[in-house]
This record gives sequence, structure tokens and C-alpha cells, in this order.
Amino acid sequence: MHETDMTKALILTVRDWWEAQPGQPAIEKVHLTVGKFTCVEPVGLQFAFEVQTKGTFLDGAELVIRETPLVAFCHDCQSQYQPEIGLQYACPTCQSPMGDIRSGRELKIDRVEYAEATSPMPLL
Amino acid sequence: MHQTFDAALGIDLLHVNQAGANHNRAHFDAWGITCMNIMSSPGAGKTALLERTLEGLHGNLAIAVIEGDMTTELDADRLRQYGVPVIAINTGRSCHLDAKMVAGGIHTLEHSYNPNSLDLVLVENVGNLVCPAEFEVGEHAKVALLSVTEGEDKPLKYPIMFQEADCLLITKVDLVPYLDVSIEQIAANVRQMNPHVTIIAVSTKTGEGLEEWFGWVRDRVSSTTSAKTHARL
Repeated sequence: MHETDMTKALILTVRDWWEAQPGQPAIEKVHLTVGKFTCVEPVGLQFAFEVQTKGTFLDGAELVIRETPLVAFCHDCQSQYQPEIGLQYACPTCQSPMGDIRSGRELKIDRVEYAEATSPMPLL
Repeated sequence: MHQTFDAALGIDLLHVNQAGANHNRAHFDAWGITCMNIMSSPGAGKTALLERTLEGLHGNLAIAVIEGDMTTELDADRLRQYGVPVIAINTGRSCHLDAKMVAGGIHTLEHSYNPNSLDLVLVENVGNLVCPAEFEVGEHAKVALLSVTEGEDKPLKYPIMFQEADCLLITKVDLVPYLDVSIEQIAANVRQMNPHVTIIAVSTKTGEGLEEWFGWVRDRVSSTTSAKTHARL
């Protein structure tokens, strides 16, 4: 499924960053933001990440996924609302169509946490 | 003893696909081609629509088809009978076309045909309501199909594709008398999330709505072409 492709993209992107770092630090966590209004299933991503990172530079790293809700802005009411995915997208107050999505479409690699051994022996 | 550090990346997960899609679109633009990405669930009638479209527009527009099919060339063979270039992309087990696969199709187009003579490339995506919506391929317009037998609630349940569509074709409308389905309700469900979409009810069997669809395609081709001419000036 497409979570596999997305995980591949994730690993390649993090690898580009990692290879550019001096000393290639050990990555402990990869933080990802996944909007609820995307076609991506976090459980699928977690599984694909675990499988695809085995034996790579990311082996043992944790994938931390933060989900963001679908938030829309109604221009008629000048207010934000949370559409009910699967049921109702129009503004619950005035029934205007969902025109302006403020959050929920994110698919973003936010940051990585990495460890670096402190220099074991100062140079004289 | 070790310290933990943080590095902010802030990179879109799909940035590689997006860059590929932009690259594909630049090729289409350079050749004066309008590209449309045709998406729907399996069996909604994408190939039948393409057959009627090739038949109906063949005299007006020079068309090529890039055909995504999971394992076979059955659809491509159906379309080749219309005498237009049909490039089959075997997607293997992948459930959608991505920019890289379509780039392969563009490569074939460039080397085996004359892309400068083409007006329109129709990309038939893999039948799937979920994944294709997340992977742009370099299109100028997205066309979604929903057949009346799929039910009114599908746009609500699988919203992304319908939310991003420029044109929605409600297909197989000749079957409406036999079903408890309302075309108006389907249209209303889509408009809730996509107020600007053009909605056309069609039947490839009776021909209903096809002229309107052809008109939409012709308008999109001429507006993309004139926008490009302006950009060149």
C-alpha cells in the first residue's frame, strides 16, 4: 500500500540529512506530523517503518507520529470549525461548503532526535 | 554518557514526488500539452469514458493516453483500437501512479511519438479511491469519476479525491431508474467539500452528458494553452 512508498520517501529524506552530518550520529527518534485529512494511516506507517528500517542506519529508531485534526475556516461565519470526516464537511452553523482548510492535510517530517557521544578523551 | 540533540527538518514527506510532478508538468507545458489525471474506484467506468472521449474528440484534439494498470494491458489494448498513442505503465502491485512512473511514460512519448503535435494527454490512474489522490503526476486538471452504483456516501467516506477534483463525472446514470440513488445527493455531498467542482452526469451507454464533458475538456485545453501563450509573451 502507499504507506510503504511514503515510508520509503521518509527514510530517503532522513538519510540525505544524516549523510550530510559530520560523524553520522545515531538517530533515536523521527518526528512526523500526519494530518487526519490525508490518505495515510499512522498504524500502517509505524509497521512499514519498523520493517523497512531493519538493518539500516535507522534500525531501532522510534517513529513518533503527531496527528493533526481537520480544521476548516468558514468565511461567512468568520470562524473555525472541525468537520466530521466521513459525515459532514460543510460549516455546522451556516452550511457553507468547506472552502478553506487550515489544518489536517499535513504530511511532514518535523525533526529528528539524535545522540552524539561526547568526546571520550580531550586532545591533550 | 551521551547527549541528545534535535534537528528541525520541516520537509514535506511527498516532496520528491511533488518535484517529479512539477518536472513532468514542465515537459507538458513545453510541448503545449494539457494533462488530465483520471481517477476513480475500480469499475467506475474510466476506460469506457476514455473510449467515448477518444471517439468524440479525435477530430478536434490530438490525444495520447498514459494507462496505469496493475498487471495487464487489457485496458491499453481496448484504447489502441482508436488509433491514438497509448502508453501502458504496468504498476506492478502499486495501488496508484506516481510522478516517477508517469515520467517513464513521458519518456516513451518523447522517443516514440511526436509530443509537439499533441494537445491532450489523458492519464488513466489505477482504480482506487484512496491513494491516487495523494500523488500528483504532473496534471493540469484532476477528473474524478463516481458511478451511481457506488452510492451517495462515497464522497463523504473517501473525501480527498473528491475534494481536489476539478471535474466530477457521475457515471452510469442510465442505471438510476433501477437504484435507490439520487444524483442530486451525490452532487450535494461533493459540493460540501468542493464548491467549485464542475459536475456532469454521464452515461457512456446512452451518450447522456458526453457533449458537456467534451466541451469541458476542450475549454480546459484551450485555457491551459492560452495561459501558456501569455506566459511566453
